[in-house]
Amino acid sequence: MRTVLRQFVLSRGAGADPDEILRLPGSAFAVSDGNRPATLRRLWLDTFDWRLYRSGLTLEQVGTRGVTQLVLSGRDGAVIAAEQVGPRAAHGHPAARENGQARPGASPHPGPGGRLTWPARLDALPFGPLRDHLGPVVGVRALLPVARAVSAVGDRRVLNSDDKTIARLTVDRMSVTYPAAGDAAPRLTVTALRGYQSQAQRMIDLLAAVPGIADGGSQPALETALAAAGRRPGDYSSKIDVRLAPQMPAAAALAAVLTALFDTLEANVPGTVRDLDPEFLHDLRIAVRRTRSALKLAGDALPGDLARRFRAEFKWLGDLTTPTRDLDVYLLGYPDLAGRLLAASADDLAPFRDHLERSRAAEQRKLARGLRSARFTRLAAGWRDALAAVPAGRSRPAVARLAAARIARAHRRVIRDGSAIGPTSPPESLHELRKRCKELRYLLEFFASLYDPAQHWQAVRELKALQDCLGEFQDTQVQQDEIRAFAAQMLEERAAPAATLLAMGEIAAGLAARQREARTEFAGRFRDFASPASQTRIRALTRAAA
Amino acid sequence: MKTFATYNIKGGVGKTATAVNLGYLAARDGYRVLLWDLDPQAATSFLFRIRPRVKGGGKALIRGTRSIDDAIKATDFDGLDLLPADFTYRNLDLLLGAAKQPVRRLGSLLAPMSAEYDVVFLDCPPGISLLSESVLQAADTLLVPLIPTTLSVRTLDQLTEFVSGLDGSRPSILAFFSMIDRRKRLHREILEELPAQRRATTLAGMWTCAERLGLALAAYPGATA
Repeated sequence: MRTVLRQFVLSRGAGADPDEILRLPGSAFAVSDGNRPATLRRLWLDTFDWRLYRSGLTLEQVGTRGVTQLVLSGRDGAVIAAEQVGPRAAHGHPAARENGQARPGASPHPGPGGRLTWPARLDALPFGPLRDHLGPVVGVRALLPVARAVSAVGDRRVLNSDDKTIARLTVDRMSVTYPAAGDAAPRLTVTALRGYQSQAQRMIDLLAAVPGIADGGSQPALETALAAAGRRPGDYSSKIDVRLAPQMPAAAALAAVLTALFDTLEANVPGTVRDLDPEFLHDLRIAVRRTRSALKLAGDALPGDLARRFRAEFKWLGDLTTPTRDLDVYLLGYPDLAGRLLAASADDLAPFRDHLERSRAAEQRKLARGLRSARFTRLAAGWRDALAAVPAGRSRPAVARLAAARIARAHRRVIRDGSAIGPTSPPESLHELRKRCKELRYLLEFFASLYDPAQHWQAVRELKALQDCLGEFQDTQVQQDEIRAFAAQMLEERAAPAATLLAMGEIAAGLAARQREARTEFAGRFRDFASPASQTRIRALTRAAA
Repeated sequence: MKTFATYNIKGGVGKTATAVNLGYLAARDGYRVLLWDLDPQAATSFLFRIRPRVKGGGKALIRGTRSIDDAIKATDFDGLDLLPADFTYRNLDLLLGAAKQPVRRLGSLLAPMSAEYDVVFLDCPPGISLLSESVLQAADTLLVPLIPTTLSVRTLDQLTEFVSGLDGSRPSILAFFSMIDRRKRLHREILEELPAQRRATTLAGMWTCAERLGLALAAYPGATA
């Protein structure tokens, strides 16, 4: 067993030839001659939203001497799981599919031992511990290359006076090739052998005093590579990350929030067009919906008729994304739906699934066309110009006052509409309430930076529980309506055997049961949200900032 | 975690060479291996250039005042670690005698290592003693190197009888010939006759097991495993 004791950076200045530095003249330790450096082709992978990095994990594809391995390691550099991939892997494994062919929930299929090509979804990886570890973290997201580098890695051994190896010295000269070209300073890693930490520590002290060697901290290779390319990990999140000051003019604050939302929207366009994974579209849609809500609920604070001018365009964009997302929801939930079948078998449902996939492929093409259209380009350019033109100077009201007023109004509406719902109210009343809840939630998110995080979390918690219940109620309703439409369509196309229609009927019944359950839950969830304590929390939150 | 002990009542039969070579081969194949040099002569430790010294000596290990985890040293080979010998191991019998449940002591010291190692090799000193009994309890398998001589065969029979008389779990015994000298008629005769004579007992598993483990008996000129 070995432990990494210390990392150093070798300065690239004169006299910093590692061969010279590592000789440790005058010490009791001897350093073996370096072996011929191995060339490592390194590729780091993560999801677009850095799920691995945020979980303290690093996934690296390392190729050396014709062998390619995928290595998953933890923050301390310890290997959690590794798997040989590529043509030389001993066993066949599902080959990665070409970009754009990945389908939500598609089942893995073994390929002819082909290479993995990135980006790839998890189902392109071979079954095994690596995939098992990645599964819960990565979910449906695709793994994308985040950095690429070539390293020349040389290994030396440090021997004590008994000629026993006590530590290994690894010199890594890394050239980054993606996302931008750059050379990282050579890094020297000292790894102590078990039981020889104290001797290795003495050697490190000698090493640290050598000119041309500086402490390298504990920065992992990925961060070094990204830093060399001028990036940092974790630089994307779908959350609204805008710092607002309470006294900021409302218009400028709103423009900042809307700019951040549009950054998120645009960041997700390429992944949506290439159809890398369903989360790109999901994040894009949320950014659109948040933008539309902001324009509706606070757009009057923006100068002139800016809000009115763009509302129709964002509605168009929202509508453009709806059909594909609805089908994604169906396909992502498909294994669960098929698993709940009691009378029918999953095989009966296969034609339904084919129908969903065909429909999705067609909708995805329309969506991609829309996002590449001149209309979208015009929208993007016009919107950015309009937001940039919002004056940053002083104007009334201050954002904290506007936020308090709008949150209070949205909250009153939720309480009013929710209280009016009884056991016999039509489903539409719950759908309307869901919209009111979303508006309140978005307002709380836009202005979150004005409030105390703990109080904010408390206020959102009960709202979220209510939203989940209403979401289940409406989603199951929409899915029931859709499955009826699908059945009619499939009959028309003569693509629906009787067994499939029966299985679809069973699914519709299951959805209806879930909807009824959500309806029963509603009263309790709303009671919690409308409790005096909860109402006080929301009022206190906005009052403190205003 | 599988525990093997290279063991023989007789000395100088190739126990250390067996433990060292098998330990190396297992580590090379990707297993996480711990080798425990229980012999105060410290031949195994010497071969790996590791000083035969354990802080607190055998006493600290047997009493548990020092975890064996702290005493482990990495060898120069990946995946192969050594718990070195110590001169105080010559008193292990006395130390074990003073411990509670002396016969189970080695096993309970090794148990916490199972998360870290796949395979343990115990390189034992010759003799038959309280330490031997503790080794027999801790080991899943005894690897018994056997020089093809009459006295060697006799000690194998003694060992077989001793093991069959043990209470509780008994290790399987895998004997194999070592240090064969084909110029000697006695060696040739025993090589030929013993497998048939001992088929019913321990030697029945000998050949197949030796093949399965892929024993590298390079250290034993003329070995036929």
